[in-house]
Amino acid sequence: MHKKSLQELALGLANKDFSSVELTRHFHDRIAAHQDINAFITVDLEGSLQQAAEADTILGAGKALPLTGIPMAHKDIFCTDGLRTSCGSKMLDNFIAPYDATLIRKFRQAGSIMLGKTNMDEFAMGSSNETSYYGRVLNPWNKEHVPGGSSGGSAAAVAAQLAPAATGTDTGGSIRQPASFCGLTGLKPSYGRVSRYGMIAFASSLDQAGPMTRSAADAAILLQTMSGFDERDSTSVDIAVPDFSAGLENDLKGLKIGMPVEFFNDDLDPGIASITMDALREYEKLGAELVEISLPNSHLSVPCYYVLAPAEASSNLSRFDGARYGYRTPEYDDLLDMYKKTRAEGFGDEVKRRIMIGAYALSAGYYDAYYLKAQKIRRLISDDFTRAFVKCDVIAGPTAPETAFRFGDKTDDPVAMYLNDIYTISVNLAGLPGMSIPAGMDRDNLPVGLQLIGQYFDEARLLNVAHRYQQVTDWHTLSPL
Amino acid sequence: MSINNDDVEKIAHLARLAIDPGQLETYTKNLSGILALVEQMNEMDTNGIAAMAHPRDTKLRLRDDVVSEVNQREKFIKLAPASENGLFLVPKVLD
Repeated sequence: MHKKSLQELALGLANKDFSSVELTRHFHDRIAAHQDINAFITVDLEGSLQQAAEADTILGAGKALPLTGIPMAHKDIFCTDGLRTSCGSKMLDNFIAPYDATLIRKFRQAGSIMLGKTNMDEFAMGSSNETSYYGRVLNPWNKEHVPGGSSGGSAAAVAAQLAPAATGTDTGGSIRQPASFCGLTGLKPSYGRVSRYGMIAFASSLDQAGPMTRSAADAAILLQTMSGFDERDSTSVDIAVPDFSAGLENDLKGLKIGMPVEFFNDDLDPGIASITMDALREYEKLGAELVEISLPNSHLSVPCYYVLAPAEASSNLSRFDGARYGYRTPEYDDLLDMYKKTRAEGFGDEVKRRIMIGAYALSAGYYDAYYLKAQKIRRLISDDFTRAFVKCDVIAGPTAPETAFRFGDKTDDPVAMYLNDIYTISVNLAGLPGMSIPAGMDRDNLPVGLQLIGQYFDEARLLNVAHRYQQVTDWHTLSPL
Repeated sequence: MSINNDDVEKIAHLARLAIDPGQLETYTKNLSGILALVEQMNEMDTNGIAAMAHPRDTKLRLRDDVVSEVNQREKFIKLAPASENGLFLVPKVLD
């Protein structure tokens, strides 16, 4: 059952080949058998079986929606009423949200089953899942390697087939990079497509939630449920949601795929370059045309991001003060001492680093040199994409500069870790949709992702482009176990 | 630009973070490294470029001024590290 696509699972449930309760138990058995991967922070056996029983009633009445009775895993960044939401942090180890995130509410209404909450880098800050308070997540392809991050638990869970599909969030690459490292299809939607209400904020002008699945067809089903205007998110965009599955089969004849010269320079790992080129040749066979484009300011995206994201994070994370919820230090002299000790003990090193960088960039005398400067660079990076999309329909290139690295390789050097998101960050800065799909395996048998970048709200085209590739290749069907 | 231990202590205070004196040196080194990275921005002349605060320069919407939240006081107070009579308890601020 764990090898089936979402459509096959829905069919199996409709045909009564298996019930939702059986399906849910099956995935819980797999989670238990693969506990060493540490993909989950919280597993909800009882709650999910109850949801499954309810789904079976709905299925029996013939009133099923596409996800009715289908188990899923959610990143532990989405608030879930009654079930712990930790965001990978000691700060929220005891936090049970008093409400559901809009995304969670939508999946509940769609009838899907929540198996549990997946492991992640603390407050989504990290590219390896090594900053989680709940310990590292193992890459199912090679357990000595990282799964990527920050949505590493979701990636590992889907790759190891502990869940048919999962949700993630992406602020600078946190869906696409782990999808690349674990051989998955991961999509970061356009900024404003998916509600951020109840999604614990890291950098509010960059954060977006999206699907992490084994195929583009599965991603289309998840995105359909997640998308849509939400008046509770002030940055949610009121724009029609297309049928994401309807155009999957569209012909790619005449599609113009832009190749950024800056992504295919001598710095790119030769193995990844050759796999990326093979994928692009495949697209030529499908009738697409490759065109050279330029994103001349893309090399400034990492520096720009490491001002803006920490600045927003320092502001967002000021709410964790030990006064109203979450961790509070056991001993303190006065209010200031309580704040300082609570935050020193409740946050891990990477989170503290980013809060301090953000506080510095926003402090008197430095605001113009850092924050304002970065916002101007952001404009240049965004304008690069606008110009590029005059020449092409989608942009393609590598997702990450390397495949999954070993544990500990970059933990002593924050900057080396940050550079892992060199190809993904500019997409968040511009607010565009981006995707990673499996395009090959490196010589160590680790997955390599191809990144596809689309125009605003053109997720349907990205899914179409990904799906057509998956019809003629089988990289996405490979499984580590 | 590299920063020194005094700068880090000042920033940590602004960010309301206690810093273990034994870790000060490491923070200074790491934060200086990150600042060296972000200062690559300075190679670009950005005079006359409008700052971009939001993708697509989204404007915030206004909604009707009506009550939309329901009273969940009990639920919220249950999450508090310390509370009394339905109020959050913190150390005394004023004498």
